[in-house]
Amino acid sequence: MSATSQHTHPTPRVVPAAPRPTRTGRRRSGAVARAPWLLLTPFLALFALTFILPIIVAVISSFTKVTRRGLFGEAGITSSFAGFSNYAQALADGNFIASIGRMLLFGVVQVPVMIVLCTILALLLESASARWPGFFRAAFFLPYGVPGVIATILWSFLYVPGLSPLYSFASVFGLSPDFLGPNTVLWSIANIVTWSYTGYNMLIIIAQLKAIPGEVYEAAKVDGASPVRVAFSIQLPLIRPALVLTTIFSIIGTLQLFAEPQVLQSVSPAIDSQYTPNLSAYTTAFAYNDYNVAAAQAVLIALVAFILSFAFLAVTNRKSS
Amino acid sequence: MTTTANKPSTRRPAKLAAADRKKPSTIVVTGVLVVAALYFLAPVYWVVVASTKSTADLFATNGFAFASNFRLWENLSQVLSYDGGIFVRWFGNSLLYAGVGALLATYIAAAGGYALAKYKFKGSNLVFGIILGGVLVPGTATALPLFLLFSQMGLANTYWSVLLPSLVSPFGLFLCRIYAQATVDPALLEAARLDGAGEIRIFHTVGLRMLTPALVTVFLFQLVGVWNNYFLPLVMLSDTRLYPITLGLNNWLSQVNRLPEFYQLTTGGVLLSIIPLAIAMVVLQRYWRGGLTEGSLK
Repeated sequence: MSATSQHTHPTPRVVPAAPRPTRTGRRRSGAVARAPWLLLTPFLALFALTFILPIIVAVISSFTKVTRRGLFGEAGITSSFAGFSNYAQALADGNFIASIGRMLLFGVVQVPVMIVLCTILALLLESASARWPGFFRAAFFLPYGVPGVIATILWSFLYVPGLSPLYSFASVFGLSPDFLGPNTVLWSIANIVTWSYTGYNMLIIIAQLKAIPGEVYEAAKVDGASPVRVAFSIQLPLIRPALVLTTIFSIIGTLQLFAEPQVLQSVSPAIDSQYTPNLSAYTTAFAYNDYNVAAAQAVLIALVAFILSFAFLAVTNRKSS
Repeated sequence: MTTTANKPSTRRPAKLAAADRKKPSTIVVTGVLVVAALYFLAPVYWVVVASTKSTADLFATNGFAFASNFRLWENLSQVLSYDGGIFVRWFGNSLLYAGVGALLATYIAAAGGYALAKYKFKGSNLVFGIILGGVLVPGTATALPLFLLFSQMGLANTYWSVLLPSLVSPFGLFLCRIYAQATVDPALLEAARLDGAGEIRIFHTVGLRMLTPALVTVFLFQLVGVWNNYFLPLVMLSDTRLYPITLGLNNWLSQVNRLPEFYQLTTGGVLLSIIPLAIAMVVLQRYWRGGLTEGSLK
């Protein structure tokens, strides 16, 4: 800040919009009033185009019914208000409901496993006993740089019998796994997601661990607390905000699952075109060309994600108070 | 900021750590970390090995051991030359979408975040509230309606259809606003005003410079976000020449059942696409840390 001293006025005006009586002053205050909107304009314009308009379009088309006249719609297309009929159709689709249930099952297992795993890794890396923490941190974080599609292609090679060394590895132990079967492929997807995001979540937790003041550790040391005791009584309670944040992002991410199952489809016949909610909406839109029902499905997916996130927040808030 | 107060805590006292190293707990902890590292690195190691093999060896030899026939360069040159070098084009497209997209998105988010942090004006809270809601809206929820919108505007299946949505980062604006509130000194802005600098110029000379650490983080987040994006380009693009690398490689993978030589193309392509981002991840690790604390602590 030393560079500022030569500019600093004896009585610095802190409020930027302070009107001054001179003519130039009035012009300046007008510029100050316009400036924030000028700076915000590019963002707001793009935000309106890519967030607000699509949401409006989605909500409107989810309440619209398109009727085609003639055999192929060649006699014209009319749109009319449909009420909740698109929603009723989406909710009556057993496969769509089943896909939401599948993702709930997935989330109930995968999210806790991943959060526990990344918390353990973060605590171990930050413990005094860890050797080469820099190398391990980089190794754990590396999969985050591999796009979900590429990660799935990578793992799909490790899931395919004949190509994967994992099968010969498992047969040594007398196991004959089937990574792509109807009952197991969900957990093969869970493995890909865990592989991709554990390191990223670990970094969020490490950041919060580093913010714990050193005196807290000193005091625990004086009291003779063991490292395990320190982890449970000091570190875990203090990194709660990071754990809540990573859990919410993981819940939202779980409901959005798309790339992994869509790519795995080419090697696993157990994954149908409505395996996840997003895959279902994609199929409805592009295979059945029913954009209105697809819009209703997209709105429902977003709603379920919101409800789950807020429910989780409400539960954690009640526990803490 | 509290960097000086935090310093003692970021590194445990060296004497303490040295004493702990001798304990058996070091062996246990390091053992667990090694097992975890094997899990995270094994698939990457597999693809390195696989891309050195011929298609026959890929199925005939152990996946974690190199075959005697080392064909890495042949495989890679095949990846780069197949279909008139389409892979290079996909790579370039990904660079364009992610690089240009993230760069502009960072600048746009910085301008918005700075404006919301440093000016008091009517409606600023409303604007910020709406944008914050945007952080929570998942990208896949807007992709489908965005396609409907863009196809009406004639933008679907063009570079713009992927680039335009990549320019908006509500999370980036959120981060820049927090950072600008904490670091950009109002007295400094007033001094620049007294020197006769215009408001926009002040943002470019004073604001952007002081926001630099946050800008790096926003840029990285957006870069990885766009580079990894699959749903949006899948929905928007039908012309394979506009594909980013993720879509292109999936296109190759979907042909392996009919034509086994696509295994070689896909593994080689995966290897080439992982290398640049893996290096970036490891080298730029410290920037992730700084930015994430800003987002999660306040």
